[in-house]
Amino acid sequence: MTMRKVAVIGAGMTKFVRRAQETPKELSWLATRMALESCELTLDDIEAVCMGTAPDSFDGIHMKGEYLSDGAGAWRKPYMRSYVGGGTGVFVPIQGWYHVASGMFDVVLVVAEEKMSNFYPHAQAAFLTIFDHTTERPLGPNLLWIFALEMNRYMTTYGISKEDIARVSVQHKRNAANHPCALLGDPDITVEDVLNSEVLAYPVQRYDVSPVSDGAVAIVLAAEHVAKRLTDKPVWVEGVGWNLDTAHWTNRDLVYPRYVEYAARMAYDMAGIKEPKKEIHIAEPYDPFDYKALHHLEGLQLAERGQAPQLYIDGTAARDGNMPVCPSGGLLGVGNPIAAAGLMKIAELFWQLRGEAGDRQVPGQPRRGIAQAWGDLMQVGTVVIMGR
Amino acid sequence: MTENIRSFPGTPLSEQDFEEGKILFNYDELNGKFSWDTGIAIGSYLAGLKNGVILGSRCSTCRKTVVPPRTVCEWCFRPMQEYVPLHDTGTVNTFSLCYVTWDMKRLTDPQIPAVIEIDGASPLHGIMHLLKEVDPQKVHIGMRVKAVWKSAEERTGAITDIQYFKPVKEV
Amino acid sequence: MTLLERDPKSPLTWSGNLPVTSRYTFGLAGEKFFRAIKDEGKIIGSYCKKCDHTYVPASQFCEKCLAEVSDWVDVGTIGELHTFTVLYEGYDGARLVQPEIVAFISLGDGGLIHRLGEINLDEIYFGMPLEAVFLPEGQRQGSILDIRYFKPAG
Repeated sequence: MTMRKVAVIGAGMTKFVRRAQETPKELSWLATRMALESCELTLDDIEAVCMGTAPDSFDGIHMKGEYLSDGAGAWRKPYMRSYVGGGTGVFVPIQGWYHVASGMFDVVLVVAEEKMSNFYPHAQAAFLTIFDHTTERPLGPNLLWIFALEMNRYMTTYGISKEDIARVSVQHKRNAANHPCALLGDPDITVEDVLNSEVLAYPVQRYDVSPVSDGAVAIVLAAEHVAKRLTDKPVWVEGVGWNLDTAHWTNRDLVYPRYVEYAARMAYDMAGIKEPKKEIHIAEPYDPFDYKALHHLEGLQLAERGQAPQLYIDGTAARDGNMPVCPSGGLLGVGNPIAAAGLMKIAELFWQLRGEAGDRQVPGQPRRGIAQAWGDLMQVGTVVIMGR
Repeated sequence: MTENIRSFPGTPLSEQDFEEGKILFNYDELNGKFSWDTGIAIGSYLAGLKNGVILGSRCSTCRKTVVPPRTVCEWCFRPMQEYVPLHDTGTVNTFSLCYVTWDMKRLTDPQIPAVIEIDGASPLHGIMHLLKEVDPQKVHIGMRVKAVWKSAEERTGAITDIQYFKPVKEV
Repeated sequence: MTLLERDPKSPLTWSGNLPVTSRYTFGLAGEKFFRAIKDEGKIIGSYCKKCDHTYVPASQFCEKCLAEVSDWVDVGTIGELHTFTVLYEGYDGARLVQPEIVAFISLGDGGLIHRLGEINLDEIYFGMPLEAVFLPEGQRQGSILDIRYFKPAG
């Protein structure tokens, strides 16, 4: 099968905030307009639109893909919403990629939006229904359980300390201090701050968790012949992968995200990457909780099992390290408007690889980066590799 | 390009803006009420719980016993061959000490949700339930636990027919 | 090959809910649109010069060209009936004592869905002028219900 080369040529995003005044479609519009302006295109140049947005219940709008369409520039265009839970933000660029790689379209808009503050007063209620309605919900679960259970299994199996994990939160929140859109950037946060924060569901403490947020992100994808005419600095989508594990989450080993590994291997094969640790220069693993970043770095084959904390201890993961991890500030620092947070990672790689990340710029002219998201019921991995 | 952008769009609001009427807003609720068919396998699982039995199902091709039971093996996609009554004991695969409810009310005594690998099911195959009658500080992964059932008259065919799991040996 | 069967003693159903409660802001354009209804008893739209299109309710952006729409226009309180329906059943499926007439009333290049009042079924025709009947100023909350209904104009 021959597939066309696809480049990211533009990106835009809103601030990530706790409560936005803008409606969900206005947030989408702000990000979309900025993405178009960044590559000097207009809506007339766009042939199709892909929308990524997580559960309808967050925005409180049923069929919100359709609701969001005008803000995403989809008026009278081929349009489709994709949804794989938290993995959506890195899946929707994959959807855009195959729209273009297949030869069907030359220029495609990819938009992701979430307005979680609409869920009021308790955003957690939206997550209750991820638990089985008959065999789990009668126990009165909350979303934190599932993360706390996975985190405890991961820590205990490998003998990883809370302190090791807290370093992730600290570094990401410090990185976010340089991101103009960040909700929780903090240049002065320390490991002690994380360890002293309120215990919500042992081993999860407040600063282990990313904030509920509102925001939108958009990127523009173009086929090679178009991208080369429009920009001197296209950033190529070199590999994509996605994979789903069993829906019976209590029937599998929570220590290791096999589904992320499979998604990563698919993407590495496509990109011709044999030694990920050497060939990936920037990693943006999904970090809704700090331990998840470690979990995912292992699934992405960027660390041996149980060894990911070492990347933060020896400085490899620092912005000026050998393989910076979440130079954006990640979900922990920039914020977590679910689908938009994943696409933010793609936008970050775009800016980093073009050398346009400003105060967040990773030194040494990085050539290749990987972004990953995760979601559904602890079971989906979505991966995109980008290079210049 | 983006390094030169000083202001990104987005208008943050505070709770005060809502309270003081600085902006307009309204409330609504979905009010979604459902009655789900229990289905073949979960229906039988619930009937088993009413009888005081945790039921799994077995795929002899994959030599796998899963819990809760299901009608099809997701590994080989063949129908599961039989229901298997399992033990009501198991091993804690992982646990949490949870100090908040879903609506963020604080709890002084933590709830202890756990994944419990049920004896008789394949390794790593468990269910989620709660632990009680145990000092939260002494719960550990690998701990052996046993189901505490409601009395036969009180059981209705629900996961809550098991009130909770408790340690096999006192700790 | 035998298939697993449901235990005849199985409970047939399990009941539950989706506890989804929402608080919606009206957004950048919605704030202006509903303030105009609440404070001035006016219906406003927004006009995109490039596309020559007046959005009602007002929109912050033009969906055809994605430009920001900054011309706010008073479209008056009289629109035209585009289409209508007569409802004989409520949400719960029960027969309504008084059937309700719901219409799409064209205003600018868009329009509003609302109830009709002070009207008999046999008077209705497509294109008829309909006028918004507002609640008195002090009672208006900034809601679509600040318009009680539309009635035949004139």
